[in-house]
Amino acid sequence: MEPSTQKLIHTFGALADLGQEIAGTGDFSEMVRTSMHLLLGTLALRRGAVMECVEAGPLRCAAIWGLGDHFLSGVEIDATQKTAFLKGETADFLVKNTDTSTGFMNQHRDQLVREGIELVLPMIVRGEVTGLILLGGKASGEEFSRDDFDTIRAMVRHIGVGIHTHRLLEQIAQRAEENRRLYDDLRAIYRDTVRAFAAAIDIKDKYTQGHSERVGKYSEIIAREMGWSEEEVEGIQIAGYLHDIGKLIVDRDIINAPYNIDAKNSSELNRHPSAGYEILAPIRHPYADIPLMAKHHHERLDGRGYPDGLTDEQIPMGAKIVSLADSFDAMTTDRPYRRRRSFEDVVRDLRENSGKQFDSKVVAAFARAILKEVTGETKDRRITKLLGKGYLEGEHVATLLQDLITDLDSTQKARSAS
Amino acid sequence: MDTPTGGLVRSHCVGATAVVYASDYLNKLTGEKIERECRRQLSCGCRALVIDFSETKLVNSIGISILLGIIDVAEKCGARIVFSDVNNQTVELFEMLGLTRHVVLAKDEREALLNLSRYETTPVVH
Repeated sequence: MEPSTQKLIHTFGALADLGQEIAGTGDFSEMVRTSMHLLLGTLALRRGAVMECVEAGPLRCAAIWGLGDHFLSGVEIDATQKTAFLKGETADFLVKNTDTSTGFMNQHRDQLVREGIELVLPMIVRGEVTGLILLGGKASGEEFSRDDFDTIRAMVRHIGVGIHTHRLLEQIAQRAEENRRLYDDLRAIYRDTVRAFAAAIDIKDKYTQGHSERVGKYSEIIAREMGWSEEEVEGIQIAGYLHDIGKLIVDRDIINAPYNIDAKNSSELNRHPSAGYEILAPIRHPYADIPLMAKHHHERLDGRGYPDGLTDEQIPMGAKIVSLADSFDAMTTDRPYRRRRSFEDVVRDLRENSGKQFDSKVVAAFARAILKEVTGETKDRRITKLLGKGYLEGEHVATLLQDLITDLDSTQKARSAS
Repeated sequence: MDTPTGGLVRSHCVGATAVVYASDYLNKLTGEKIERECRRQLSCGCRALVIDFSETKLVNSIGISILLGIIDVAEKCGARIVFSDVNNQTVELFEMLGLTRHVVLAKDEREALLNLSRYETTPVVH
């Protein structure tokens, strides 16, 4: 093969490899090191270095081969020297050329010669010097030819763009990470604010303190058991915290009435889901449908709920979950006019009202979550803690739950079959 | 006995000479393994290196750069270096790029060892 053909093939191979390396998404340092090897290997240069310009401070060594570790350590490149590099012609980049107008070369010539550097080329991207590539002589001992210069300049341009692109991508990734952290902070602030609201709602009702927080937690547990995504689970928890926000506009005396309230007051109290919707709807929540879950948490599957008398399919699933969590907490906590109900009684209520007031799938999911705690299938003890010591104790609890789940599942299957 | 190091590089010592076998394609991955093995042998006291290219079909730019690095390290250690069993295409490449100014090419490993035996290669004791 003719030497010129062999050289062309070797150079083309190197350019192809360089393009692949620069377009890759691998480690930045490795990309620069490999690119430098490709450049050195194309012309068999014995040493070289890639130095990056840093905004303020000395050049940063990105890759080095055949030179001491402290090569050009602490050396800076000033604006005048950068301008000279921008205007320079090939001859200006030769270290041995003492007529060069490049100040950097004149300033560091002794060290460059001592280290065997023969060529210093700027990496220029969008009219700016982003770094320098310093190259030693050819292993053949020959002078650099015009073709060599063309090859070197093409490869230096490639490497410069590659470094610039990687740095940009790094900045974008850094910004994205900052944005993600900010977003997480915002979500945390939002959650804390919502919990503060929940506490404010509950303070109005002296008999149900902690109710909204508990409804939030029960709703979260049910949704997780139903296989909702993490984002949806967070959303339903917020809806649980805020479901009674409409009570803020209901008279405190009605909420705190220590007996069953009359029809007029009952109608006043029943305004709270719609009022809650009106309060929540103008807010841009990071989760979907929170206002609707608050509005419909007193709807029933049989259409006898309020405010809109919706039936089964018309009620959003989130509202069905909050509805069960709300009722469960009401049944399992003391009220002004009654003590809390036994767990056996609560299970009986859930069984009787499944398909009428509550969605069977939601009840079954909640029963499964409680059963997992009771049997120790999960180490989570949140429901047990929320209900207080002793409430879920006794062998009959697991049986009650298991029977309820079995009955609800068979009802569900029968319904699907018909 | 041949010592495989890093999965790909085989090597063995004949007196103070280390024979390191290059793989079929000398690129970044395999080149760096050969370089590490050569450095290891030199630091263990070897005074000469034979890099056997009998299995090598192709050497790319990175391979050239790494080989120049090995030549450099060997020179700094005062060690001699011989490339053996290099195919014609690669010989042309080495000649064109000037590597042959810095290393001796031998027909095969035997000739490489014979060539080196003419020189003093007493191992350095660390």
